Amino acid sequence: MSQALLTELAAKIATGTIRVVDLTHTLDPDFPVIILPPEFGQCARFRMEEVSAYDHRGPAWKWHNISMSEHTGTHFDAPAHWISGRDLPKNSVDEIDPENFVGPVVVIDCSEGAAANADFELTPKIIAAWEQQHGSIPPQSWVLMRTDWSKKSGADYLNMHDDGPHSPGPTPDAVQFLIDQRNIRGFGTETVGTDAGQGSHYVPPYPAHYYLHGAGKYGLQCLNNLDQLPATGAFLMAMPLKIKNGTGSPLRVMAMVAEG
Amino acid sequence: MSKPLQAPPKKNPQKRTVSPTRPPESRSRASLGLSAAAAEGRFALQHCTECSAIQYPPRDACCACLSTALRWLNTDAKGSILAETTVRTSTKLYFRERSPWRTGTVKLDCGPVIICHLHGDCEQQGRVELINRLDRSGQAVLLALPQTRKPNMEDDPQLRAITSDPKHRRILITDARNPNTVALANALSNAGAALIFVGESESWRPYPAQAELANMTGVEVLPLDVTDTSSVDKLAGEIGGKTDILINNARFIRPGGVLERGDTTFARNEMEVNYLGLMRLAQAFGPAMRSRTADGVNAAVAWVNVLSVHALSNLPAFGCFSASNAAARSLAQSLRAEFRSSGLRVMNVYVGPTEDDWHQPLPPPKVLPQNLARTMVQGLRDGLEEMYCGDVAKDVYERFRDNPNVLERESTLAGEGA
Repeated sequence: MSQALLTELAAKIATGTIRVVDLTHTLDPDFPVIILPPEFGQCARFRMEEVSAYDHRGPAWKWHNISMSEHTGTHFDAPAHWISGRDLPKNSVDEIDPENFVGPVVVIDCSEGAAANADFELTPKIIAAWEQQHGSIPPQSWVLMRTDWSKKSGADYLNMHDDGPHSPGPTPDAVQFLIDQRNIRGFGTETVGTDAGQGSHYVPPYPAHYYLHGAGKYGLQCLNNLDQLPATGAFLMAMPLKIKNGTGSPLRVMAMVAEG
Repeated sequence: MSKPLQAPPKKNPQKRTVSPTRPPESRSRASLGLSAAAAEGRFALQHCTECSAIQYPPRDACCACLSTALRWLNTDAKGSILAETTVRTSTKLYFRERSPWRTGTVKLDCGPVIICHLHGDCEQQGRVELINRLDRSGQAVLLALPQTRKPNMEDDPQLRAITSDPKHRRILITDARNPNTVALANALSNAGAALIFVGESESWRPYPAQAELANMTGVEVLPLDVTDTSSVDKLAGEIGGKTDILINNARFIRPGGVLERGDTTFARNEMEVNYLGLMRLAQAFGPAMRSRTADGVNAAVAWVNVLSVHALSNLPAFGCFSASNAAARSLAQSLRAEFRSSGLRVMNVYVGPTEDDWHQPLPPPKVLPQNLARTMVQGLRDGLEEMYCGDVAKDVYERFRDNPNVLERESTLAGEGA
């Protein structure tokens, strides 16, 4: 039965009946990263240095050395990333059980609100309205907050002002609801973090990071192409690199979507 | 009066770019003391410590008493022209291409008679003051200037040949985010720069001077991040062939020494910007710049680094930053050697604490952006290689010259304890 399912899946992907959507941004040296006060250590940007390019440094081959942070580009946050998750078992990317990297995904469309208000908040009320329409969020689902923020570029992406960045995110009670009432697997956004740009002003500061990782849940950020996913029914694949004691990892995030 | 230098016409794309040639480089070892002084723009001669004779040309022993106890001391450079001639042809390519060339003999008030180059504004038998400068071989040459300033003096071809004057030149300032960039751009613009390119990293992140720079006339803000090889290569591909002066003002500063920090994160950033940034810029912009050092009025002429004076001797409060600057200083020496055959000059401007966020808790004196800008423009006009901007930098350098070991001891005192 299961074997037949896998065979059928492969066939449907091959014929396009099941479409594979890439939810990842290109790792680009100029892609924004989170900015902290400068006295703190900063998130390393993606960098690429040529080692050889079919030349005197290596006649038949081209390759690069790359460097970046665990939290550069489209990336995965493990519970060990936050102080609330520091003592949990299996809290680093190398220890997480692999079945957690694939699973169902729901998408809450906040794009209209985010277009009107850069500080748009995902609230329990919005989640309730979504569930009214699409049904209860299944346990162990990924929940992605669609804002179409991935379509922004340059200074508009971080939207940094003198009082900090302004970008949408969830309220503390929304995150608590998703964890306590729906037992989600993780939460993902199109912005530079799972929290709102002004997330440091909530109680607790950075509630998505604090509550998600404290409960052993995962985060995904800098996602792309969320507008190509249905509200329910897609299947997410998010596999971080197996970095020893890694608190996160850049990764290729994919979704399988049924066409018709 | 010198003929005012006109802005060059647009380059004829059908003409081959003139290959750089060089004046003679050979000097005796004793003469290198003169070149070392020229790098700093000082007129220094050998003084005998035994008989007090002042001599020129440099020798290994005193020409009056044969003592070898000779010291290079700054010397009064005033004198009078005895005789002059104009060289109209030469077996040396460099001078052939630049003839006529005015030379003469000057008797200094302090004694020696010196054969030197004469500025076009010097009058026959007139009073002059000699300057000691580097030529395009990186060796000292002496040029007599009239004692009173004349209009357009800096445009004299024999003077222009040994300076790095920003007039009519196109200049790249590498870091728009540095608080000194606006002052640098203004000063260079006032000095007659034709066009100023300013490199801006991470345009997705605002900074205070962004709007001001974008609105300055004669200033073009272009993407450049010295930590990103692809970005440096891209900009060099676009403007490398018309960058006549490159000013690398990109620097990453954080306080702290080895133990205070406890990790290598900031140290890595410091090396990425202060050391590897310089290397990336040099690898991308250097080849085109050194091939264009004879390219007419706006030939490529100078490469400028802003370095901490604590590159000479470590300041433990900024211990790791000092170390990155020591690395950059050493790299600049290598670069200077590599550029030398082309005549492209590397000028290091050393500063003490600068007026910025990272030096905010330090007491004055601090180097203001406009002071740095003034010093840098003066250094370019004088064609120098080594400059010390502000009281702290000058003081540290003096103590370094006097005794580097004493300076290190002074800089690393732990304070009285139990």
